Formats: sequence, structure tokens, C-alpha cells
Amino acid sequence: MPSHATVLERLGHFGIRALTVLVLGYLILPILVILPLSFTSGELLVYPLPAWSLRWYREFTTGPMWTQATWNSLVLAAVTTLVATAAGMLAAFGLQGLRSRFKPVLYGLLALPLIIPPVMVAVALFYYYARLGLVGTFSGLVFAHTVLALPFVVITVAATLQGFDRNLPRAAASLGASPLQAFRKVTLPIILPGVLSGAVFAFVTSFDELLVILFVGSPEQRTLPRQIFSGVSETMSPTVAAAAVVLIGVSLILMAVVELLRRRSERLRGAIHS
Amino acid sequence: MLGLVAPSIAFLALFFVAPLGFFLFRSVDNSEVPGWLPRTVTALARWNGAGLPEEAAYRALAEDLAALSGSTALPLLGRRLNHNVPGFRGLITGTGNRVDLRQAGSMREQLVSLDPRWGESTYWQTIRRERHALTPFYLLTALDLRHGAGGELQRVPGDSAIFLGLLGRTLTISVVVTLLCVLLGFPVAATMAGSSPARANALLILVLIPFWTSLLVRSTAWVILLQNQGVVNQALVGLGLIDRPVPLIFNRLGLYIAMVHVLLPFMVLPLYSVLKGIPPELMRAASSLGAPPWTAFRLVYVPQALPGLVAGASLVFVLALGYYVTPALVGGPGDQMIGYFIAYFTNTAVNWGMASALGTILLVVVSLIYLALGRIVGLDRLAVR
Repeated sequence: MPSHATVLERLGHFGIRALTVLVLGYLILPILVILPLSFTSGELLVYPLPAWSLRWYREFTTGPMWTQATWNSLVLAAVTTLVATAAGMLAAFGLQGLRSRFKPVLYGLLALPLIIPPVMVAVALFYYYARLGLVGTFSGLVFAHTVLALPFVVITVAATLQGFDRNLPRAAASLGASPLQAFRKVTLPIILPGVLSGAVFAFVTSFDELLVILFVGSPEQRTLPRQIFSGVSETMSPTVAAAAVVLIGVSLILMAVVELLRRRSERLRGAIHS
Repeated sequence: MLGLVAPSIAFLALFFVAPLGFFLFRSVDNSEVPGWLPRTVTALARWNGAGLPEEAAYRALAEDLAALSGSTALPLLGRRLNHNVPGFRGLITGTGNRVDLRQAGSMREQLVSLDPRWGESTYWQTIRRERHALTPFYLLTALDLRHGAGGELQRVPGDSAIFLGLLGRTLTISVVVTLLCVLLGFPVAATMAGSSPARANALLILVLIPFWTSLLVRSTAWVILLQNQGVVNQALVGLGLIDRPVPLIFNRLGLYIAMVHVLLPFMVLPLYSVLKGIPPELMRAASSLGAPPWTAFRLVYVPQALPGLVAGASLVFVLALGYYVTPALVGGPGDQMIGYFIAYFTNTAVNWGMASALGTILLVVVSLIYLALGRIVGLDRLAVR
């Protein structure tokens, strides 16, 4: 290779690396910068902080609006997770065993809510719910969030099932296990990481969801995202920053859970195949 | 096996497909006008649209409006026709509440004396044009078109022609955001693909953290960072780059900064999964055959990276098209996209027809892109999460 090319190549490499560092900084810094700001003792979200304080976290954990919003978010996300995980797991199982030319169509339909702009889903549900009397009801919100969460469960569980050896439950059956026993003792432990990941995705989808709540939720059905949204559009008190940090924390914990589940699933599969 | 899929399919049919279907149908649905003015539309069907209709049509309208008088349908009908001609609402409610069917003499004279606008052909032509159960009115309006007096299509006059501009702005913002994501995402994905597995994993986490953080939280962070006394302005002033804070928020610049941040992981992740699969030997082979780095990059690397680039760019573009929350929080009045106006026509203007027409246009654009994409790279590449 001619020597000038090497210099160019090195320069190019250096440029790409420098750009990578800058871009990764851009991706991560906003999340890092907001963290200390939430611990300010002042009324404004600016540096330098007058002093460190847990004042806004106290407001977040004791203020009636925020505690109510946290509770509403948790309950809604928990119920959505249960419904979406149960339905999605069944659907993924059914799809895997299905030998039909409609299989891609069904799979596409199950993934469709992912690609329709959320604002359209929210407005369409509002229009629909207004006729069914579901606006402002808890079940209405659960149905809507389940629609949005279902694709994540189906995709995650289907991906796990793709590597699943169908001979394993058959082997269990030949050794005298009932279908339920074979499922519980053989199938479930292997696909459990995938199912749990799907459940985490469903939880996050509901917990972070804003637009459906804005359109079909009643004013009393305020959730954390809704409370943050109105906080940013109106007063921008530092409690908003504290709430944002809490949400970031929740997201990171759940991300770590999914990552651990993924590794565990890979290990399990490796152990079975070796 | 179908029995296991059935609950989810039924659920989606009921709470996703049906709502979207009903909502999209609203863009052509016109059942209110023939439903509430049955005699009038029958009478007007016999009129050729020139001048003013006959006495029979005036009589029919008077009977229809009198039947609606005092009910909630009257203001609703007024609101419906007000979408076509501003001022129609007052005309309908004012006439409907005062018309007297028992009064002897010409009904035309009575209506014109109640409101002289009944002597103008515009209002009659509007009812005549909207006499069918379906209407192209909203979709035409969403494209800045309308029917002229003779039924011909014409462009809406300058000051009310806002929707093509809105569509253009939505496309422009999405294209710029997509290009920026390609430009910033490619080096990151390439560096990750060229690193040792341990380092690649560490870099991946730096991309996954913002990816997992909710869009609302990240938009909120940018509002805090970009405000006039915000961290970014403080830093720029502190470094001596600027004398006083520059407006970074509620304008296009702030919107680009925040939207690229929110969408960049959707570019990096699919691209990385493709770049990871390109054997490094190929680039070495190219340079050993005498290709300068740029040529090897262009002729060997880029063609193989193309499926990832197309998948990532299309995903970013389609997501950007439908954005609502980030522009609402970080953008100014001139930076709102089509999603904002769908929400506006739903909540503020209560004009379901327009909300639905804009939604239909958005959905058509999104579907076309996905169809094209499915042909080029296959949709399964898009499942990133």
C-alpha cells in the first residue's frame, strides 16, 4: 500500500473515531446533564446549583398530583402488561405452529400498531371510544395500551420460539409427561426469558405512553408522562426534572433486565445444544 | 393453532383496525347533511345550480330547519356547513330558530327577510354540492383544492392555502432529520462494527440508553438544556463563543437538535446489525488490489452497507413524519408538523373531517414508504427493539 494512502487512511480513521465520540456524547449528555439539575435547591433548572437538595424529589414523592400520577401509571402498566403478555404469548405460539399462507398477513397485522403514527392511533381511538362510551374509562386505557404493547410481546416471544427445538416437549411426552407438564417443565423454562422480555417491553410501552392518555384519558386519569407533559408546557418546575430522572432510572433498570434475560436465554440455548 | 392467535387478532380488529377504519372513513363521510336536510337535498337535486333555487327548495329547507329547531342537531349542522363556508353556522341556527312555517306567502321572501344571505347562490350551491352521503371536500381541502361555483376544481386562494405548505414542511423536516441521522449514525455504527466485541458492547449501551429513555423525557431534557438560561447557552457563553444567549428553542434549530437525538438510535441499531456482518477481509482485499481507501469504501463497503442504511433511514423518516410530542415541546409555531394539526382539528377546532383527511394523507405517505421498503429490504429487518 502506498504510504500516502496510509496517512489518509489514518486521518480518515481518526476523523471517524472523533465523530463517533462526539455523536455518542450528544446521545448521552442530555441524560447525564439533567441528573444533577434535578438535585438543585433553587426554583430554576440552571447551573450553577445554589446548593444540593432533595427538595424536588420530596415534592415528587409527597405532592398529591405526582403520587397520584405515579400510582395511576403503575396500575395501568401492570394491567396492560398482564393482558398483553398473555395474549401475545398465545399468539406467538399459535403463529409458530401455523402452516398457512396467511401467516405473514397475521404476523403483519400483529406488528401493524408499531408503524402507525401514535398520534393517529390516539385520535382514532378517541373518535371510536366517544361512540362506545369508553372515553375516560380505565378499561379503555388498558385496551388502547394493550394494542400498542402487543406487537412487542409477539415479536419478542416469536424470536425466542424460533430457536426452540420442538422435539424437546415431544421427548418429554414420550417419557410420559402430560402436555401441561411438558409445557411447564420443559417449554416454559426455555422460553421464559423471551416471555419476560416481552413483558418488560409491554410495561415500558404503557408506562411511557403519552398520546393515548392525552386523548382518551379523563383529567383525573393523569399518569406520569401526562403530568410531565403538562409540567413542561406550563410551569417547568424542577419536579419535572426529578420525575424525568426517575423515569430514566426505571428505563435503565428495565433495560438491564432485558439484557440479562437475553444473555441467560443464549446460555440456556447453548447448554441445550452442546 | 389458529385458536391461539384468534384472541389477539380479534382484539386488534376491535381496538385498532376498527377505530382506524372509522376514523379514516370520517374524511369522506357526509351523512349529516343528507341526514338532517332530507327534503332540501331532494329539492336541490332537481336544481341546476345556476342563480337561485325555486320556491319548493326554500319551502323544503324551511321544513327541515323547523324540524331541527331546538334540538342539538341544529348547531351541529351549522358547524358542519361552517367548515365549507365560514358564517354558515350563524345562518343555520338563526334561521332555524326563527322560521315560521304557518306564515302565509312566499317562503323565499320569509327566509331572505330573516337573513339576506339566503338570496345569495353560494350557500345554496354549497348545500347542493354536499347533498350526497360521501364528500370529497375534506380531502380536497387538505390538498388546498376546492370545487368552484361550476363544480370545477380550483386552487384555494393564497391566504387560506395552508395545507400543501404544512405537508411540505413535514416532509422537509423529516428529510433533514433523516439525512442528519445518516450522517451522524454511519460513523458510530461503523466504529462499533470495527471494534472488539467488548468495546462494541460498551458503545452499544451508550446507544441503547437513550433508546430506552422515553421520547417525552428526552424532549423534556432538551427543553431544559436549550432554554435561554439553559446549559447549552451557558456553555457557549462561558467558552466565549457567543456574547449573549442565542435562541435555541421554539425554533427549527432546536427541533432538529431534539428530533435527531430522539431518532438517531433507530438509524444506528439496524445499520450496526448489517455492518457487523461485512467481513473486514473485503476492505483489505480491495486495498491490496490497489484501491485507495475512499474508493474501497465507496465501491466495497457502501454497497454492502446499503440494506442497513435504507432500513435505518426509512424507519427514521417514517417515524419523523408522524411526530407530535417533540415538535409540540421544542418547536415554535412555524415548526409544527402534520401530527400537530391532526391533534388541533380534533381538540381545538373539533373538525373531524379535516383531522381525518390529514390522517389519511399521512397514512398514505407512510404506507407507500413501507411498501417500497418491503420490496427493497424486507420488513423483518425493521424489528429493532
